[in-house]
Amino acid sequence: MALDLLDRKLLFVTGKGGVGKTTVAAGLALLSADRGQRTLVCEVDAKGGLAGFFEATHTGFQPVELQPNLFAMSMDTEESLKEYLSLQLKLPLVARIGPLARTFDFVANAAPGVKEILTVGKLAWEVVERHYDLVVVDAVASGHIVGQLAAPKGINDLVSVGLVRNQTAWMLEVLEDPARTGVVIVAAPEEMPVNETIELAQRLRAETDVDLAAVIVNRVLPELFGRGEEELFDTLRTPERAAALGEAVDGDVGPILDAAELAVTLRRTRAAHLQTLRAGLTDVDLLYLPEVFARSTGLRFTRQVAEALDEELG
Amino acid sequence: MASKEKAAKDKKGKAKVGADAGAVDGDPEEIRTLQQLLAAKEIVISCGSGGVGKTTTAAALAAMAAAHHGGKVLVLTVDPARRLANALGLERFGNTETRVGTEAFTAAGVEPRGELWAAMLDTKQSWDELIVRHAPDARTRDAILSNSIYANISGRFVQSHDYIAMERLYEIHSSGRYDLIVVDTPPTRNAIDFLDAPERMAEFFSSRLLRWLTAPAKNRVLSLASKPFYRVADGILGSQFLEDIAEFFGLFQTLGPGFVERAEAVTRTLSDRRTTFLVVSTLEAAPVREAEYFIRELEARGLHLGAVVLNKVLPAYLRRTATTGVARRLVGDADRAAAAVADGVGDPAAVAAVLREVGESFLNYQVIATREQEQRAELARTPDVVATVPYFDSDIADVTGLLRLGEAIWR
Repeated sequence: MALDLLDRKLLFVTGKGGVGKTTVAAGLALLSADRGQRTLVCEVDAKGGLAGFFEATHTGFQPVELQPNLFAMSMDTEESLKEYLSLQLKLPLVARIGPLARTFDFVANAAPGVKEILTVGKLAWEVVERHYDLVVVDAVASGHIVGQLAAPKGINDLVSVGLVRNQTAWMLEVLEDPARTGVVIVAAPEEMPVNETIELAQRLRAETDVDLAAVIVNRVLPELFGRGEEELFDTLRTPERAAALGEAVDGDVGPILDAAELAVTLRRTRAAHLQTLRAGLTDVDLLYLPEVFARSTGLRFTRQVAEALDEELG
Repeated sequence: MASKEKAAKDKKGKAKVGADAGAVDGDPEEIRTLQQLLAAKEIVISCGSGGVGKTTTAAALAAMAAAHHGGKVLVLTVDPARRLANALGLERFGNTETRVGTEAFTAAGVEPRGELWAAMLDTKQSWDELIVRHAPDARTRDAILSNSIYANISGRFVQSHDYIAMERLYEIHSSGRYDLIVVDTPPTRNAIDFLDAPERMAEFFSSRLLRWLTAPAKNRVLSLASKPFYRVADGILGSQFLEDIAEFFGLFQTLGPGFVERAEAVTRTLSDRRTTFLVVSTLEAAPVREAEYFIRELEARGLHLGAVVLNKVLPAYLRRTATTGVARRLVGDADRAAAAVADGVGDPAAVAAVLREVGESFLNYQVIATREQEQRAELARTPDVVATVPYFDSDIADVTGLLRLGEAIWR
């Protein structure tokens, strides 16, 4: 790879819903921490899924240390605003915004880009201040990420003065520096995620100046059979041979043979989608994350993901 | 104003169709299948987290209802896969309702009793139509439509996407054009937003913020000194931008009464007993957690949870504990087992290698199947109808595929 993913300072991990964004973000963060980097992993879409990957009880706006070098937080635009106001405006009345939160919500919604700025700004701030060696963002889904990353630029066109405007320059400097910031798209070998990945790669280049660092394909199934083995397996599928096998191992092998067929089918359909993905992407690093056959999705699972990423990144 | 009674069509589309229709009047005691549920309802809303197959499930059920129950069925989708959209004859943009040709059903070997229609949700266009409908006069209408902030806001304001989805549903339902509408919901950031959207819209129109924003500038300036919040807003956004927003909302406010009335009507439609919700999920941790959350929220709002649909579920035979031992022996004794069948198959060593791979693969998949089962147990409260969709070996991209999926969950 031209530039190792983990050498950057800020990684936005995005992808279509259900592809395993949080899995990859958690795995990258754990790997980074294991390699001795002080790492922050931030969940933006506050569904509270990130904590489970580290078997932590809860993550909030204030980072919690999960293990040496590894910190986790959840984005909260309101908290981000308060922090920002107290840092920038030295406003003593920040505490009194609380009751007006819902009203502020409307202003933030009405003023395009404000929430995005508060999100991206907080993350870029952590980078500028060098609080961490790497900030990994479990970002919004592919449908929203361009809007979020383009917000600092977009706000310049809408807001002529004011604090927000003054803030965008340094944010863009961080976001548009490929040595510091990169986007990671997580894809799954299925029709919709593949299409969305290809579209998003194009949109990122057309609408932002943020570098697309890598595409990581999640849940790639192993090839079950080597050369010639599938034909051999097919000849085993006669009732007589299945019965003989069953006798030899003292049980019904039917489900086992069915499962092998299922595995081959799943792998085959996914392989076709992978080809589409490869054909649709140009000059992007493509990494493969194998299916993790783990009992649960806790810390052990995350560790396996980190190990697989470690191997892929070399 | 509640939605129009469509007594005329009740007898036609909703009455017992053949001997196979289940509940007739939607008596909840009798609903045990999706077939019965869809026969008893007029609006079905499919929700769940992203990537779980909401769209496909909605389209499959609509196709089944059109095929077997008759009447006019509309599937309103948000973001279908391109091939499925093509199969349904949907353009990428625009709100046009399109009829899916009978030949698509005939190709699947089905003579449909009714009609299947499909439409996409074009957020921007829907907003424009709404403004046109509610603007008090042509000048206000044009001023809003050409307002630069409107362009931005129609894409984002107060979860405008969710609001417009519900608004459009209400509009189509009250038109009485369809016997059944199956709605696919947007993959919202906060899955429940779209249920609150109409209410939030109504709330916004009566909020202090709007009053302040649309007050004459002089009063706004006066209040700046006394209202810390406004000082903050001013400091963050700059006064010129606040002016722009104020101007826009000033225009927007003229739409108020119509909007609020509609929002309330939409909310009523959602809680009407003719509306039901499907929660769609796969058996993975995150979607299941979302599904749980959804079920709780529906309950808290007194909305009708009709069914849970579980997609991409691995087959049950993978969970057989008796097979675990067999697979282990197959791996451990591969050479001996291979000797028993190698005759006429191939080199015993090669056969043994295949048997080992096959045994190990089974054990791997069993881990995932067991993990799925544990997730299923997590779904504490489930409705009477829980449908399970197996893994299909190909993507569903046409009516044939939709009907095949539908068959798997229909009865």
